[in-house]
Amino acid sequence: MASPQMVMYEEEFAQVQAVTDRLVQDANARVVFVVDKNGQLISASGDTGDIDTTSLASLAAGNIAATGGIAQLLREQEFATQYHEGVTQNVHIQVVSSRVILVVIFDNRTSLGLVRLRVKRANEHLTRIFEVVMAKTQDPFQNSPFAEITDDDIDNLFND
Amino acid sequence: MSFINYLSREINCKIVYYGPGLCGKTTNLQYIYNRTNPNAKGKMISLATETERTLFFDFLPLEIGEIRGFKTRFHLYTVPGQVFYDASRKLILKGVDGVVFVADSQMLRAEANTESMDNLRINLAEQGYNLDTLPYVVQYNKRDMPNISSVGELSGLLNLQRVPEFSAVATTGEGVFETLKSVAKLVLTELKRGAA
Repeated sequence: MASPQMVMYEEEFAQVQAVTDRLVQDANARVVFVVDKNGQLISASGDTGDIDTTSLASLAAGNIAATGGIAQLLREQEFATQYHEGVTQNVHIQVVSSRVILVVIFDNRTSLGLVRLRVKRANEHLTRIFEVVMAKTQDPFQNSPFAEITDDDIDNLFND
Repeated sequence: MSFINYLSREINCKIVYYGPGLCGKTTNLQYIYNRTNPNAKGKMISLATETERTLFFDFLPLEIGEIRGFKTRFHLYTVPGQVFYDASRKLILKGVDGVVFVADSQMLRAEANTESMDNLRINLAEQGYNLDTLPYVVQYNKRDMPNISSVGELSGLLNLQRVPEFSAVATTGEGVFETLKSVAKLVLTELKRGAA
């Protein structure tokens, strides 16, 4: 396989959640997401009530992938930061350790400067956490839930 | 690349529908979207041009049930089929767990099918994947059209590895879920094999 699967255990998940919860408060943001570069939502904090988080994760990843494609054409390593300015809401997108994407949605209760500052600190914390996540994922001795799955389990999933 | 979350007990996998322009990749997803229980699906996203040609991708998240207490979700993506969107196709293949190649059965599209198949191989190889080892199925779509090649001919041209193949009419749904189930099963079997 070209890229290994990512396995998120409770301990690291709680750490990621703590970072995003804190970022919502410190940056006075509306919502903070952490998304895998392949479009899978990892965690969400803040007022996520009326947001389609699955779609947002996939589109944010598509956005980063497209910008990464532009970077490659320009022989630039990557564009790690993006900012989209709307009428009432803005989106700040940060690539963390080339692996995951930190998305901050904010309005006029805060400023881009503050968001940038707080994202910088969160980026450092998340980088450390995801180093552990990837090390655990690549450790062949870690249990995978698939190891216990039988062919019957898979067949049963598709019985109408 | 599958994603397993132990806290929320979820397994997420990515399936990409590939094929030449206008072969029915988006129609496959639209049919699945329209015929799936609202609780089992998310919103379908289509990044399309004003003339409804896929510009970047379509996306449909689908929940198919639980395995050993883990919610199993598939994220279905299509690529833009038109030749000049190759850069976008490469991006969408990143992290893929399974591929559906949708062929257009019309005789006039024979060359477009083989070109797209070659393009799939090349683009997968660039990402470090090998089509011969990746969970992969072939669908012969538009079986209701006039002037179509026989399934045998299409199979001889496009399915040399003898992977599961399906005849389909995506507009009416014929073969759509059979194709999806087949690739989903291959993906899960491969993940199980990798974990063993």
